Amino acid sequence: MNELALAVPWLGKRNPLAARWLVIALALAAPLVAMAFGRTWVRVIDFALLYILLALGLNLVVGFAGLLDLGYIAFYAVGAYTAAFLASPHFDVHLPIWIVLPLAACFAATAGIMLGFPVLRLRGDYLAIVTLGFGEIVRIFINNLNYPINITNGPQGINSLDPIVLFGWDLSRNIRLTEDVSINTLFLYYYAFLACVAGAILFIQRLQISRIGRAWAAMRDDELAAKAIGINTRNMKLLAFSLGATFGGVSGVLFGTFQGFVSPESFSLMESIAVLTMVVFGGMGNIAGAVVGAVILSALPEILRNLAVPMQQALFGHVLLDPEVLRMLLLSLAMILMMLLRPSGLIPASAKYSHIRYLKAKGVTE
Amino acid sequence: MEIFLQQVVNGLVVGSVYALVALGYTMVYGILGLINFAHGDLVMVGALTALQTMTFLMGVAPGMSPIAMLLLSLLVAIPVCMLLGYLMERLAYRRLRNAPRLAPLITAIGVSFLLQTLAMIVWGRNYHTFPQLISTTPLQPIEGVFITPIQVTIIAVSALMMAGLILLVTKTKLGRAMRATAENHRVAALMGVDTNMIIAMTFVIGAALAAVAGVMFASNYGIAHYGMGFMPGLKAFTAAVLGGIGNLGGAMLGGIVLGLVESFGAGYIENLTFGFLNSSYQDIFAFMILGLVLIFKPTGLLGERVSDRA
Repeated sequence: MNELALAVPWLGKRNPLAARWLVIALALAAPLVAMAFGRTWVRVIDFALLYILLALGLNLVVGFAGLLDLGYIAFYAVGAYTAAFLASPHFDVHLPIWIVLPLAACFAATAGIMLGFPVLRLRGDYLAIVTLGFGEIVRIFINNLNYPINITNGPQGINSLDPIVLFGWDLSRNIRLTEDVSINTLFLYYYAFLACVAGAILFIQRLQISRIGRAWAAMRDDELAAKAIGINTRNMKLLAFSLGATFGGVSGVLFGTFQGFVSPESFSLMESIAVLTMVVFGGMGNIAGAVVGAVILSALPEILRNLAVPMQQALFGHVLLDPEVLRMLLLSLAMILMMLLRPSGLIPASAKYSHIRYLKAKGVTE
Repeated sequence: MEIFLQQVVNGLVVGSVYALVALGYTMVYGILGLINFAHGDLVMVGALTALQTMTFLMGVAPGMSPIAMLLLSLLVAIPVCMLLGYLMERLAYRRLRNAPRLAPLITAIGVSFLLQTLAMIVWGRNYHTFPQLISTTPLQPIEGVFITPIQVTIIAVSALMMAGLILLVTKTKLGRAMRATAENHRVAALMGVDTNMIIAMTFVIGAALAAVAGVMFASNYGIAHYGMGFMPGLKAFTAAVLGGIGNLGGAMLGGIVLGLVESFGAGYIENLTFGFLNSSYQDIFAFMILGLVLIFKPTGLLGERVSDRA
């Protein structure tokens, strides 16, 4: 959480401890605040957490290892469809989340390695376009594997996925405390997702200063030099792809079970690009950047949806730009303007993790 | 045999459109080393602008001959795309010429989505019927093989445009300056070439080709909408890579080969996979070819550049 705390404006640099508590308090209180504006907003921040998880995973691949992956959403799809196959009436298999989640993570990691192996030699824009192709191939298969054997149910998608049940505790049911006070299911999902995100952040933070994280940074900055000092770049790339994919797969399971419904529409190229925009917008190679980018770019379209539609109706009498158009406009402008005006993103990654003093203080090197 | 020949015809038609678009990709890549993702969307803008013009002309002069109408709409669509191509380079890419390579790539994706969004705002999200001004009644040059006049026109127009481009690049002063800039910006600038102008011209010429491709693409399928450009754009990029990126002849060859592979693939995939896969998988061929070429022969069929660019 250090990086997140430091990213808090003004307070972060002066009093990191206070900033850290502020971040934690904000994260814990967010659904209560959102509830004050209505239940949809709680849903919005639930989805924001899923996007954070996705952005953190893509950030591992793009920001840490420097491999531009435009097919990231394919792993999200692998996770979501694993959940749909293993815990829904579609095949009439109902496995508990504790089996589905690790399996989905494994499948996604395997998919990551499957993508990684052939593209090991590629870099930069060639890599980007091949991964884009991979994402499209996965989507085309999901869209069409309903004939002659119905596997994915095609464009209709798969319905009524089993909800998450933790220790006999169904997250999709409101908890009744007293007669008229009950905890909404959206809250339960929020805190479950928050736990995942917090775990992911802690994990990535440790990863970043570990041998692996530093090897990635070296590889990203100069692949040839990294090879020369004995970093096994092949393994490091595969590891980046598979770890990033694991994050995608886990978020996919959460997404599927939360929404209770998966269809190929959720895994279009547009989504890959949206997640990439979040990473780029926030700042590549930076945990706080991914989090802030994901929160802003997933919540802003919703805010616009609620402000812009009534505003347009008041001004012009009808809706000129519908919310989906606004979302695309926002994402594309965010990409272009950010690259032109502030290419390192909203919160630029700091190089301190490679400073010997920092690493000594953390006890990483002797 | 008839099926085989029919697929050859279809492949040539689609392939020549891919080739036209691929030329734009390959020229920009040759000169800047940038994949201009937004190039495919110029195809869409070209088609929709032409459609708009045709609708306007039909309202104003209903009795106009179809050929004149097509030409007039091209005369509107081409400059619009050229202007967009120029603006793209001037506003988005020029500033990033010395930035790390990730930046222009991400900007290019952004520009592509911006163009799609703007088109969505202007023309809405629906599919529009594109008037088929040239007859679509099939001719039968060989028993059992059909080709429509519009398809003949597409092949002929692409061939003409490509011949014109090759003449431009090999015979004119502008072409020589383009080749010099592609070889080495700095040295070309030292020799008195206005490299900024040449790079802008490259975008503009590519955009003009894309506009023509867009009109032909839409008149072949009879449909136009805001998202129609992205996929052909990617396929055209595949064609450029297949032929050897940076190489004009390669882009044409790659386009034709890709068109043929796609149409054969779509035609035979069902038999080859015993009915498990069908023609709805048509789009995966381009991506598989792209992957295979980049992995096994990154220089492409005719190219000299390597994939090791980051």
